[in-house]
Amino acid sequence: MDIRIRNVHKHFGPFIALGGIDLDIASGELIALLGPSGSGKTTLLRVIAGLEFPDHGQILFGGVDMARHPVRERRIGFVFQHYALFKHMTVFENIAFGLRIRPRNQRPSTSAIRARVLELLDLVQLSGLEQRFPSQLSGGQRQRVALARALAIDPRVLLLDEPFGALDAKVRKDLRQWLRDLHHKTGVTTIFVTHDQEEALELADRIVIMNGGAIEQVGPVDQVYEHPRTPFVFDFLGGTNVIAAELRGRRLWIGDRDIAVLHDSIHPSGPVDVYVRPGDLRLADDTAPGIQVEIQTVHRAGPIVRITARTEATGQPLSIELPHLHHDVPCFTVGARLRLRLMQFSVYPRSLHIPERTLPTPILIGRERTRVHPY
Amino acid sequence: MNTVSDGLPQSPPPSPPGIQHHPAPLIERNSAITEPAWVRWSLILVALLFLLGFLLLPLVTVFVEALRNGWSAYLAALTEPDALAAIRLTLLTAAIAVTANLIFGLAAAWAIAKFEFRGKSLLITLIDLPFSVSPVVAGLIYILIFGAHGWAGPWLMDHGIKVAFAVPGIVLATIFVTFPFIARELIPLMQEQGTEYEQAALSLGASGWQTFWHVTLPNIRWGLLYGVLLCNARAMGEFGAVSVISGHIRGQTNTMPLHVEILYNEYQFSAAFAVASLLALLALLTLGVKAWLEWRHADQLAATRRH
Repeated sequence: MDIRIRNVHKHFGPFIALGGIDLDIASGELIALLGPSGSGKTTLLRVIAGLEFPDHGQILFGGVDMARHPVRERRIGFVFQHYALFKHMTVFENIAFGLRIRPRNQRPSTSAIRARVLELLDLVQLSGLEQRFPSQLSGGQRQRVALARALAIDPRVLLLDEPFGALDAKVRKDLRQWLRDLHHKTGVTTIFVTHDQEEALELADRIVIMNGGAIEQVGPVDQVYEHPRTPFVFDFLGGTNVIAAELRGRRLWIGDRDIAVLHDSIHPSGPVDVYVRPGDLRLADDTAPGIQVEIQTVHRAGPIVRITARTEATGQPLSIELPHLHHDVPCFTVGARLRLRLMQFSVYPRSLHIPERTLPTPILIGRERTRVHPY
Repeated sequence: MNTVSDGLPQSPPPSPPGIQHHPAPLIERNSAITEPAWVRWSLILVALLFLLGFLLLPLVTVFVEALRNGWSAYLAALTEPDALAAIRLTLLTAAIAVTANLIFGLAAAWAIAKFEFRGKSLLITLIDLPFSVSPVVAGLIYILIFGAHGWAGPWLMDHGIKVAFAVPGIVLATIFVTFPFIARELIPLMQEQGTEYEQAALSLGASGWQTFWHVTLPNIRWGLLYGVLLCNARAMGEFGAVSVISGHIRGQTNTMPLHVEILYNEYQFSAAFAVASLLALLALLTLGVKAWLEWRHADQLAATRRH
């Protein structure tokens, strides 16, 4: 079922949770709503579900506006963050609930319900646990029961609110892969909310990045990651260093060093901010070109090494992440003076005075390695 | 230890061979918060004596006095027509009051826990009113409203309805006094559970009634039973409010507590204690079930351990 959201507004008292959302979701898509808390992502999910009603706007399910219909008429599957399994019912009864409560003339026979529940249990790999109570299951198992329960009513769209939020890191990773496979098997249009960018990047076909009740950027995962349209998106996907710089013509200056020539610059000269991910910074010895920095700390965190350094010109702290096997890592010691190289970065006009809620206008100027020449 | 003392100029002199260090006790008491033994024992003793003197002794006395003239006198006192009428009236009153408060309590707790509306805190405060008002005042209020010279009394009398000094008045006063028990028990419980279970049921296509019956009610059943239990105990034992409004008409408007008082004032001590022993038994039964509920379903009651 394809879903189209048109100009949806929702406020709670003075707080604007959704300020005019437009979004198209294709049938069978797996889409992530990603954003910090208070960004409106959960409200959007609940508005689609019918657990909240928008102040105005349309929610079209396959062309039919459902915005005023209560949740029970929408035939959606909703998986709650804490699962909301019925504690006094067994796994079997939980999954069968949506079928058993149907009016008599629409209710499947007892044997049909049984067959459907067992089929779903098989799908979520919990066969044999149907007589357990939710309290006798692990977190990951509960999550899967909640999914099976939502799928039992053959939903037109599956909505998941922070589906892995309450699980530990290991289980979370396993379930992600599993959910992706499940989505592949069932083909149900699926929308999930998360604040974990890694989860969104790994799972979704497309991601919707939300901030302050508005959509900052929508697109396929790679595209959003590689071409963040706003500083917010850049920062939200993977952390960032912001370096003050200046654009003079087509040359980018950081301090007294001219670090890049930009192709097809359309932005006038003036102060800009350079956004660089910690993983896109490299260190080279003092003879190489680049900004002079001094290493402050070096920490190993599993497969990567986290380094903090200060620029010599302004004293600005920077965080750098290198793969642990990077051949230069042994040379990086505290106090070493090295050159910083920016492998990939985005440049945005300095946006100090943009009010928080207007969509920022920054223009991407220089981005990919091929279009930027660090020297 | 060794690594630290290595750098010290002198190590402490070794203990004489005869003196051994005591090994640390297996269960170490935190000496900072532990009183000396005599303080502990005297505190325990005081508490026990108090318990014996003020709680256990009166309870035992009730049964001893009730059986002073033997079993036959005990049974006779209970099967005497006025006593039977009092028992019947008490049961009737409690049944009506508990049912009324069950419905009201559920509705109020549901509204307070699941919805946001203006005047919510006022409603919560009002529910507590019967706890803070003396029951005698509660009885008087109903006399003022429904009595012969009250606001609604003459009109009701013209239509042949008797409220004050009759069963309806007793029921009303009892409902007033036992009003908060069930609501107070359910509000924190339902607030704690939130609305996610209901939302889940609705999203699966359940109607409002199905959601209530299959999801909400099972979630609160033990808390509800607990509230009903306390409400019932109070409804059967209520004296003050009922005393004011009942008029003490033997065989007609006498509840068990009132009957006990009348018998006692007439120096029929063993009969008074016999009826009182029934109330005491009810109290013991209530306590027993309450303890069982607290032990067995503590998770559902934990939120309400305030009173």
